[in-house]
Amino acid sequence: MVELEQNLNQAALTQLARREHYTFFGLTLPYLVLVGAMIIIPIGWLFFLSFVGRDGSFSFENYERMINSKAYLRIFITTFKISILTTFFCALFGYPLAYFMSQISRKWANICMIGVLIPFWTSLLVRTYAWLVLLQKKGLVNSVAVDLGLLSEPIKFVHNTSGTLIGMVHIMLPFLILPLYANMRAIDPHCVKAASSLGATPTRAFWTVFFPLSIPGLLAGLLIVFVLCLGFYVTPAVLGGGKVIMAAMKISSNIELYFSWGAASALGVVLLVVTMLILLIASKLVSFDQFGQRS
Amino acid sequence: MNDSSLNISIEDVTKSYGDFHALKEVSLEVTSGEFLTLLGPSGSGKTTLLMVLAGFTSPDYGSVKFGEKEVVFEPPHLRGIGMVFQNYALFPHMNVAENVGYPQKLRGVSKEETRISVENALSTVKLDELGHRRIDELSGGQKQRVALARAIVFKPKILLMDEPLSALDKKLREEMQIELRQLHDSLSMTTVYVTHDQKEALTMSDRIAVINDGQLMQLGTPNEIYRRPNNAFIADFIGESTLLPAKVKNGIATVGAAKFKGTQRLKKDGDFMLVVRPEKLFIANRRARDANYFEGVVKDSIFQGESQLMVIKLDPQNYGDRSLRIRLPNGSTNLGELPGVDEKIVLGLKIVDSYFVEATNGGA
Repeated sequence: MVELEQNLNQAALTQLARREHYTFFGLTLPYLVLVGAMIIIPIGWLFFLSFVGRDGSFSFENYERMINSKAYLRIFITTFKISILTTFFCALFGYPLAYFMSQISRKWANICMIGVLIPFWTSLLVRTYAWLVLLQKKGLVNSVAVDLGLLSEPIKFVHNTSGTLIGMVHIMLPFLILPLYANMRAIDPHCVKAASSLGATPTRAFWTVFFPLSIPGLLAGLLIVFVLCLGFYVTPAVLGGGKVIMAAMKISSNIELYFSWGAASALGVVLLVVTMLILLIASKLVSFDQFGQRS
Repeated sequence: MNDSSLNISIEDVTKSYGDFHALKEVSLEVTSGEFLTLLGPSGSGKTTLLMVLAGFTSPDYGSVKFGEKEVVFEPPHLRGIGMVFQNYALFPHMNVAENVGYPQKLRGVSKEETRISVENALSTVKLDELGHRRIDELSGGQKQRVALARAIVFKPKILLMDEPLSALDKKLREEMQIELRQLHDSLSMTTVYVTHDQKEALTMSDRIAVINDGQLMQLGTPNEIYRRPNNAFIADFIGESTLLPAKVKNGIATVGAAKFKGTQRLKKDGDFMLVVRPEKLFIANRRARDANYFEGVVKDSIFQGESQLMVIKLDPQNYGDRSLRIRLPNGSTNLGELPGVDEKIVLGLKIVDSYFVEATNGGA
């Protein structure tokens, strides 16, 4: 009798568990459909197009062109150079700011955070053109500097690499600060105190305790910035003035100027593969939740 | 005085945060080699005082001396103290041996010497063979031991501990209390220990400094603090006690309607409190002259394992709505012979155990 009841119970519980399973699956279904329709199918299509030659037949010509042409090499070098420099400057400006924010009270840190986020919420295009207005030859920066006698003649800030960098660093900074700040806040402040009670000068305590514990957040931020930079379009297009050509711009010109979907797709595939490789290597090198949480 | 410890002189240390007075002119001498506990409820200022000793908090004024040396302006890293934090504060990116060796590395000790001192420190805290472990692989008790090993590896003359056992479960905590005390005795450094747990303080300390409201309320051995509390707050805070209001006139105390003889001479007239410890009460079958007596009715009788706790409602005509607790150790008492619930009972309290405190402090 008891055994029978137990069997009945178990059957009911199994059914309950299964139903729960289906419910959760049902909840994720819209997302799965969306990802399938908006990401997987287009990427598959992109992949397919990259192997279609000018004459409409299967060919490797799009990839061969990339390897053989000097122009493409230059574009890849520019893309990586700009991305690395942007990431570097973001770390240079972002780390001290995130550190400062992690050391002040939460109230003031939140105020600083608003300062970080407001530009983040402003349209990319608006910010990019704002920089153009500020930095151009007769822009605010140059005219003020010349009027004050700091400069004898205006400096060329925009339509070159420096302009692109200024704009990109400004736009990417929040992507570095957000994960880094979250990481730094989670570092047990007693750890640094412990270090100094054990005899470490403030500098030593920072480099031997705080900095190593902030590395996961720093790497997460660097990675996001770098990957976003690789495919960046608007800012280098506007502030680079056609002189700084990154991969995304070449993709666009392939389509708009040359109507070569194949060439554009091939470049897109390469960019995607490179990004995936970088993510893969990064995830092997660090586990992002390794340290930093309070013990 | 020996060379492995230093005395600490705290003088008039005062610290305010806005309108909040965390410490009010605290003066305290910690003898060299002593185990002194700063005991108080949360927000009493005991941790602030420890942070002043460690150098993380600067007092508004006052002086702190380690030995003969004034340290109030010294930053923490120059004070040469060992410190154990409440949540261990181990470095998660270093393994056990690296954590313990950290102070040695800072001091430029050679690799070989560091290795030996780390091994010694780990074996002192009974963690031999665990040097290669990662911090997140350790249990709470092991983390505590690593934190301790790290604080003693460079043989500091002063060891500060901020509620180091509060995160451990009761059983482990009680074991560690005895171990820490033994460790202190073998290393003989001056130890200042902060806790809010009065039992822990009584168990471990040479002397206890009771702190409340930013003030030093009493400084004494555990025995003194327990038996002769300075005021109603301490009587209530330390150990189990019931405070009964008493009136004193011309040196004679009246509790309820009865005259009570106390162990101390009462020079002042006014309102006092009689401190009644549950374990000092006894069931009186006949009355003798060396004790004071209460009459009441048993309200509750609870078996608590090692002891029997009885709640006695005192005679309402004399005492109003008050009750006393009496604790009878299991084994010394035949539990079957105790009066049952609602039965009358007479409790005795020896005159030597009848101790009054002034009622001005609020109390129970």
